[in-house]
Amino acid sequence: MAENTYDAIVIGSGISGGWAAKELTGKGLKTLMLERGRNYEHIKDYKYGTKQPWEAEHRGSTTKEQQKTYPVIHRGWAANEAVMECWVNEQDSPYTEIKPFTWWRSYQLGGRSTLWGRQSYRWSDFDFEANAKEGWAIDWPIRYKDISPWYDYVEKFAGISGARDGLAHLPDGHFLPPVSMNIVEKDVASRLKKHYKDQRHLINGRVANLTEAIPGRTRCQFRDRCWEGCPFGGYFSTQSSTLPAAMDTGNLTVRPWSIVTRIIYDKDKKKATGVEILDAQTNQTYRYNAKIIFLNASTLNSAWVLMNSATDVWEGGLGSSSGELGHNIMDHHYNLGASGSIEGFEDHYIYGRRPTGFYIPRFTNLYGDKREFSRGFGYQGGASRDSWSREIAELNIGGEFKDTLSKPGNWNIGMTGFGEILPYHENKITLDAKRKDKWGLPILSMDAELKDNEKKMRSAITMEAANMLDVAGVKNIRTWDSGHAMGHGIHEMGTARMGLDPKTSVLNKHNQVWDALNVFVTDGACMTSSACVNPSLTYMALTARACDFAFNELKSGNL
Amino acid sequence: MGSTIIGADLFISGCTNEHTEQVQAVLTDAQISYLNEVGETILPKTVASDGAKAANVGAFMKIMVRDCYSPEEQKIFFEGLDALEQRCKKTLGKGFLSCSPGERQKLLIGLDAEVKDGKKRNDLLQQKEAERQKSSQAGGKPNYLKKTPPTPYFAMIKQLTLLGYFTSEIGYKSMGYVSVPGRYDGNVMKA
Repeated sequence: MAENTYDAIVIGSGISGGWAAKELTGKGLKTLMLERGRNYEHIKDYKYGTKQPWEAEHRGSTTKEQQKTYPVIHRGWAANEAVMECWVNEQDSPYTEIKPFTWWRSYQLGGRSTLWGRQSYRWSDFDFEANAKEGWAIDWPIRYKDISPWYDYVEKFAGISGARDGLAHLPDGHFLPPVSMNIVEKDVASRLKKHYKDQRHLINGRVANLTEAIPGRTRCQFRDRCWEGCPFGGYFSTQSSTLPAAMDTGNLTVRPWSIVTRIIYDKDKKKATGVEILDAQTNQTYRYNAKIIFLNASTLNSAWVLMNSATDVWEGGLGSSSGELGHNIMDHHYNLGASGSIEGFEDHYIYGRRPTGFYIPRFTNLYGDKREFSRGFGYQGGASRDSWSREIAELNIGGEFKDTLSKPGNWNIGMTGFGEILPYHENKITLDAKRKDKWGLPILSMDAELKDNEKKMRSAITMEAANMLDVAGVKNIRTWDSGHAMGHGIHEMGTARMGLDPKTSVLNKHNQVWDALNVFVTDGACMTSSACVNPSLTYMALTARACDFAFNELKSGNL
Repeated sequence: MGSTIIGADLFISGCTNEHTEQVQAVLTDAQISYLNEVGETILPKTVASDGAKAANVGAFMKIMVRDCYSPEEQKIFFEGLDALEQRCKKTLGKGFLSCSPGERQKLLIGLDAEVKDGKKRNDLLQQKEAERQKSSQAGGKPNYLKKTPPTPYFAMIKQLTLLGYFTSEIGYKSMGYVSVPGRYDGNVMKA
């Protein structure tokens, strides 16, 4: 094979990019995976995950310097000493906020797959059919039956633990044993089941941590330090899972520090021929050729690559012919919920630290429930005992104070809602004509916000959370809503949506760009609606499915 | 004792802010020892576990005050060290290091109570302000809270003591921390 020529190129190495690399190399294709940031090697580069928590110099706090360099990350809970080096340098890579937008990015090998929350839920046809049933936006070009075998496939490889709950709107998967609930959660679960007559369910969180070893990987050790980097490979990440499999085939080349600046498009052949990259360290440009390209640079950056490609043919870039590229951006809105204290379990303690809590699946606008808003929301939550940072009214100094704080305090329970955001054409990203990043490349401008449906839903989220806690006998219930800027949910999606018609979508039902059938987009950019469940499992399934299709098309000479 | 006067023992390390006024940012060894004594009074060694001094909370405070505190917070902190010593001399007639454990505890209980009272007053003001904003006739009336009040120095010292202790190896051990639990049990009945 000529130098710089491969069978396939994968742009990005995160959740979906890693899967594309694994699938394509597994089918025998010589594949080049391009990552814009540094290499981040499994175990060797986990600076904090391989040490004790007291060895972190600031014990988790970030320094003034870091607060200055990473202002966006400091808007949320992810500004922790142990992971700061994983977050993008915001000074090098700025973006413009027409309306508030909180963009959490990791520009290194594995992307956010080492940092993610690992919650993994399947979509159902309630989700796939919603747009069509409501006459909103456009219809998905696929249904649950198209993706179900691929959910099986990726769950088996990644390792997802969960309980089989038999809920049609949250389909069971191929699961390892569930991470158990604690005694308080079990009690609350049964009270809710009784009160709501089996219409609401508090279930084990479904999480990409191994409760049993699978080939080549070690079981989760319940340290709950996942995002620091797991020396046991106990949860799914590119590093622990898809990358080693891809490397084992001998067909993968990984090139870090490779910013893809555009896909090279041949307008006569009507297909892509390769990519152009800018080396992030040397600023040299290089060209790589391939028969197929998988674009998995993460939702907004995948759209960015398309916007900067084939601009001689389409001013708005490759995939812009429908007028939808960059539009319809969605997320999950959260930052709200309820919590309270529980009495009666003072003699019950916990051993170990779980990498998940419980989950309450959507119950609104299903099975006869009708609200003043459409779609719905789920909750992630947990019960636990207070730790040392609690207030003690009557003690404040001395030995008894210390010894009391050393022991677990009262039981509390809380839950945070995650709501579906509708696709709105006017929620969009565009290229900012005036500003450039460190490498002289145009940056993105974000113009998106929550609208009426989401705002109405938010009132219901806190109200229902408080109601459920009340029903369960929880005391001192308080609700909270810190507001939500788009992007804060870390589930940004939709900028290059799939559809049935090239006039209203960017991708077809096989995730091919309508205008360049050998370019596949399978990260969050492809999503036509957002549902309310964590999306990464769906990205994995869509990627594996599209790789299978791409390979078959190559084999039969269609690509 | 350390002070905020620019002097020979003053150096600002790791601080890259551009402001020109020189504020003490780094604890001296003497101040570290002093804070270990203060910390040991807040969280002393007991039969159950070692105390804040063994956990060297003073050394931890040096790192936190230097790297994580703003110049305004650093000013409050270092002036607070002086204020604590002065309060001790005023009420007990001698410096903190010359006091008995009982005297030290009495002093700090008093300081802590003042912080708690201050917090209660602020919480009440915040509540009043929230209620005032709720009722729409807010126009023109003064804001009860000019801005978020600064953290009192003793609250800083106590927070850093608790944080420094419970995130230290000794502190983790006092809570029965197991580094690699290997499993999760959501219902353990302790004897």
